[in-house]
Amino acid sequence: MKYLDEYRNGEIAQGIVAKLTRRATRPWVLMEICGGQTHTLMRYGIDEMLPASIELVHGPGCPVCVTSLETIDKAIEIASRPEATLISYGDMLRVPGSRTDLFHVKAQGGDVRVVYSPTEALKFARANPGRKVVFFAVGFETTAPANAMAVWQAKREGLRNFSMLASHVLVPPAIRALLSSTRNRVQGFIGPGHVCTVMGYREYEDLVREFHVPIVVGGFEPLDLLEAILMLVTQLEEGRAAVENQYVRSVTYEGNLRAQEILAEVFEVCDRKWRGIGGIPESGLNLREEYAEFDADRIFGTEGVTADEPAECISAEVLQGLKKPTDCSAFGTRCTPDNPLGAPMVSSEGACAAYYRYRRHAIAVTESH
Amino acid sequence: MPQDAKLEMALKCPIPIADGESILMGHGSGGRMSGDLLRNILLPALQNPVLERLDDQAIVELGGSRIAFTTDSFVVKPLFFPGGDIGTLAVNGTVNDLAMGGAKPLFLSLALILEEGLPLDTLCRVMESIRVAAALANVLVVTGDTKVVEKGSGDGLFVNTSGIGLVSSGVRLSANQARPGDLVLLSGTIGDHGITILSQREGLEFESAVTSDTAALHTLVAAMLDANSDIRCLRDPTRGGLSSSLNEIASRSHVGVELEEDAIPIREEVRGACELLGLDPLYVANEGKLLAIVEPKSAGAILDAMWQHPLGGSAQIIGTITDSHPAVVTIRTRLGTSRIVDLLSGDQLPRIC
Repeated sequence: MKYLDEYRNGEIAQGIVAKLTRRATRPWVLMEICGGQTHTLMRYGIDEMLPASIELVHGPGCPVCVTSLETIDKAIEIASRPEATLISYGDMLRVPGSRTDLFHVKAQGGDVRVVYSPTEALKFARANPGRKVVFFAVGFETTAPANAMAVWQAKREGLRNFSMLASHVLVPPAIRALLSSTRNRVQGFIGPGHVCTVMGYREYEDLVREFHVPIVVGGFEPLDLLEAILMLVTQLEEGRAAVENQYVRSVTYEGNLRAQEILAEVFEVCDRKWRGIGGIPESGLNLREEYAEFDADRIFGTEGVTADEPAECISAEVLQGLKKPTDCSAFGTRCTPDNPLGAPMVSSEGACAAYYRYRRHAIAVTESH
Repeated sequence: MPQDAKLEMALKCPIPIADGESILMGHGSGGRMSGDLLRNILLPALQNPVLERLDDQAIVELGGSRIAFTTDSFVVKPLFFPGGDIGTLAVNGTVNDLAMGGAKPLFLSLALILEEGLPLDTLCRVMESIRVAAALANVLVVTGDTKVVEKGSGDGLFVNTSGIGLVSSGVRLSANQARPGDLVLLSGTIGDHGITILSQREGLEFESAVTSDTAALHTLVAAMLDANSDIRCLRDPTRGGLSSSLNEIASRSHVGVELEEDAIPIREEVRGACELLGLDPLYVANEGKLLAIVEPKSAGAILDAMWQHPLGGSAQIIGTITDSHPAVVTIRTRLGTSRIVDLLSGDQLPRIC
């Protein structure tokens, strides 16, 4: 397929790996931020191709994984109300809340629907004025503009039966939290290409200055990731730390200004709890006061919902790159995609599920040697 | 009394059911949840050696003949789609389940569950499709049933067909017969049916040139068996796609399957739609394709026969059977690395971004 196959070429990949092998003289620990990047790395077995001195750890960039347990519980509570229709992206449905998940709520008669775009939720609200339609808005800066647009449009139309359970998260504060930790091992980051398509990469320059750590904004195809890794290793070997952009076919320095405008119009920055990590100051987006009438949390009175995470799940360490999924004693036994203890085992972008789905045989072979 | 007690014991559900457990959509996906339902609830209630073969059809001896018998229900939404409708699926699906046992399909039953309010015109169109599909497949619909349910209790129209066919004495096909060294053949492009249906779904309509591949495969099977009878197993990779069928073969035969990503034929439109929707074509449904596990020395003759047939023109060898990772399917990617092609838990879920 044009514009995709070129980025999956095995010969070019081997060429980049050869360069990387020559260039890496010391061990380096790198982290890809985005869940989509984790998915590609695992799906194509890119970590198998890398020289042993380069260790990849998988960051907190899977929106499904980091959505807090209490947010899931809120969605479940709203979906259980007879007057409500909860509309969500598909992979949120299987994420376990404290007691159940949205698939089970649906089976019990809850009106839960899957869409590809929040504008579909708007359409449904217009066509069903008797239903209280709630869009479950999770994700990073990537999905936030379309969700902001939906709320903005609803306000403009005076659509009274539409609201949003918003739990957006922001990447730069999460990187800051990781780098500020005394246990941090990460020496370079593959930046989130889609997030930066929206936001540009200006805000990553502060992180580089503050922590002297290289960040290369990367794409999502195998060659994108290999090239980004090569650019990171080059900086590290040369003792440099800068923001560089590998994903030039999509990302510009300024980003998408119109998208940023609508974000600022509808959302404001707030403190946010991340599943597996905990609270990070100024790391989320909530609806502004001017849009409070579209805040499902207020409409359904779910602001007080709280939840504790299962103790056995080590997702905190996994999402911070301190441990690999396979370091967990429950991995593949008590915790599988069919029966996940924690969110990284749920989504196909979650580090644990990606290891389980794509790499189990390789892990088994290594262990038996 | 002792007999009653035995009966009662046997009918007890063998697994403890947690309070409030109920059927989820994933139980109908053809993935791991479907398998669990079959193993834990359905099979224990019905134990018998014919059923426990778990192939797409049962094969029983009756009066000296080997009879293939199968049944399938059809609940597709929308009822009509490019390339076919629920009627063509209901005929071809059951014909194919018989064909995968190497049977010559002969007779079908047809049961219709009609929802109050269904336009008669819709029913007429579906019946016409059934007539045409049965004539093309050279099978007779010889018995049937209709039931009507209240509005809201059905989705317009549900169809069930059962089928009977005859199997020649030398033909023994089953998912438990794959052996290390065997080759995996695929009759054509994957994902056409599933992507066609998705492209028509409410809330997801997108323009697509793809049409459903629904087709009766029994003449292709007959041509393959005529060319060489060393076929170990045939499967039509319907719901759950290539991955579910191959995982089933791998686990029933206690062998590994190694696929070559480059060898699997996929239409550009299907690849494009899968990229956009965040789906893996290996898990997308087909309604007119078959997988064959064959001995390597027979593969050439069987492939030749497939290429000569209109439904096998782009048949390919897509992988091999191995003893190195029993019950696991892997794929060699374009980068030369390898990954697992796992059985999904339930339906494939679109990713957020």
